[in-house]
Amino acid sequence: MADSSRTGPARTARPVRPRRADSADRPVSTARMVATLYGSRIRSQATFRTSFVTDVLGQVLIVGTEFLELWVILSQVSTLGGMTLAQVAVVYGLGALAFGIGDLFFGEIDGLSSSIRSGKLETLLIRPVPLLLQISSLDLSLRRIGRIIVGLAMYVTALGISGFQPTPATLVLAALAPFAGALLFGALFTMAGALQFWLVDGREFANAFTYGGNYVATTPGAVFALPMRAFFTFVIPATLIAYAPTLALLDLPGPLLIPSWAGWMGLPAAVLAWIIAGLLWRTGVRRYTGAGG
Amino acid sequence: MATAAGIFTNTIFGFIRASIMFAAITTAGGELSGYTVAQAATYVWLGQALLAPIEAFGTREVSQRVHQGDVAIDLLRPTSFLGLYYAQKLGRSSFLLLGRGIPPLLVGAIVTGLALPENPVSYLLGAVSLLLAITVAFLADMMVNLAAFWLLETRGLTIVYNALMNLLSGFLIPILWFPDWLLTIARATPFPSMIQTPIDTLSGRVPPLEALPLLGTQLAWLGVLALAAQLMLRVGVRSVEVQGG
Repeated sequence: MADSSRTGPARTARPVRPRRADSADRPVSTARMVATLYGSRIRSQATFRTSFVTDVLGQVLIVGTEFLELWVILSQVSTLGGMTLAQVAVVYGLGALAFGIGDLFFGEIDGLSSSIRSGKLETLLIRPVPLLLQISSLDLSLRRIGRIIVGLAMYVTALGISGFQPTPATLVLAALAPFAGALLFGALFTMAGALQFWLVDGREFANAFTYGGNYVATTPGAVFALPMRAFFTFVIPATLIAYAPTLALLDLPGPLLIPSWAGWMGLPAAVLAWIIAGLLWRTGVRRYTGAGG
Repeated sequence: MATAAGIFTNTIFGFIRASIMFAAITTAGGELSGYTVAQAATYVWLGQALLAPIEAFGTREVSQRVHQGDVAIDLLRPTSFLGLYYAQKLGRSSFLLLGRGIPPLLVGAIVTGLALPENPVSYLLGAVSLLLAITVAFLADMMVNLAAFWLLETRGLTIVYNALMNLLSGFLIPILWFPDWLLTIARATPFPSMIQTPIDTLSGRVPPLEALPLLGTQLAWLGVLALAAQLMLRVGVRSVEVQGG
């Protein structure tokens, strides 16, 4: 008895080892790795409570003042782009929710330019973890939850006020739309990140499409003149993120180029955007030259 | 490259903002609280043009220097602390005024057209108002930065400041569109003096005679903020503790 306690658990564990060996030596599964990476980031940021809470409140404030712009306009005129305040709030809430989720996971990619310029990207490249996953988890900013909370609250409340008639199809769309939108924003952020491999200094250039896309997505699409509406529907599909789904959810007729059924086009557009984003990202990473550090 | 990218993004945002304002004005029947489509266009493009030179959305340099202790070097210099940074700001602003200010105005003039002032005096008063706006924005920004003497992390303060700026300065929408209570709040703050006033004066939407009281308000804020910033600096310096030589 005394003997076994001195040698400790190592000895008692030895007989079982052959059975566990192959699973222990194998690299961890992707799911496990994702959970570990994101988990560590979330824990580290939630540790400083006060700082975390202020950051979230700050985000809530920013989203609030952004919506005030639309609210002030709608206190002057009855409709904006053919939509009432409650309907505009659905668009805004859905857009903010989708952008919030996309921003949470991919928002920091456009900050890639500094590590590309300094050639420090290879510290990430030599690790046996997909580059995109590393960047996404390393820079995960939990404070962005503020935007998600406001967006979700607004989306649900405004849907209730604006006379949403739930049917199985519209319920599916209502649940699907935020994620399709988040995927689209994720693709836009990734493209913006990939472009840094060529532009290096052009971080702001990409902002036109990511943050600009958010601005367009949270606005009733009918306000845009035809060329702009076409650009933000077919090239940067921002109107398909929140405006088109809202038309479909509330059974409103759409303006030229954005019919009501386009509300269902968010997901296909997101898939297409991710294919392009993936190709761009791959080409960009291949093009990258390290500083030999 | 960075400048070109900035101009491009600035222009895209200008188009989005103009679209929203045009839609509102068209729905209202061609005019909304004194703004016609042409004036709204001028308002948006001047706003986009002046955003970079005024630097309304703040800088972080001084707060970082306070945190790192580099501020001690600035305080040792034989020039006044605020004067030193004001001189740097003026230099930056002049470059940004040319580099970032003119392109959006050109785009606006070509695509949507601009409403030019009827009275040439507007240009002169506009230039004065712009200089005052740059100064007021500089002083307010310095105060946010100098808060670093007491706060460990000024990011939260910066976020709040920027959110207020976004709304109350009249950058996103003209403050005249606000409901009365919000307009009263906005007018009680220095924010309209940073963006709304120079735009109104320079575009001639407010004729020269009526612009004079607005310039007076700017001047008053300049005085108040200069005193406050100087006071903050004086008290703050006493609490500075810098490690090492």
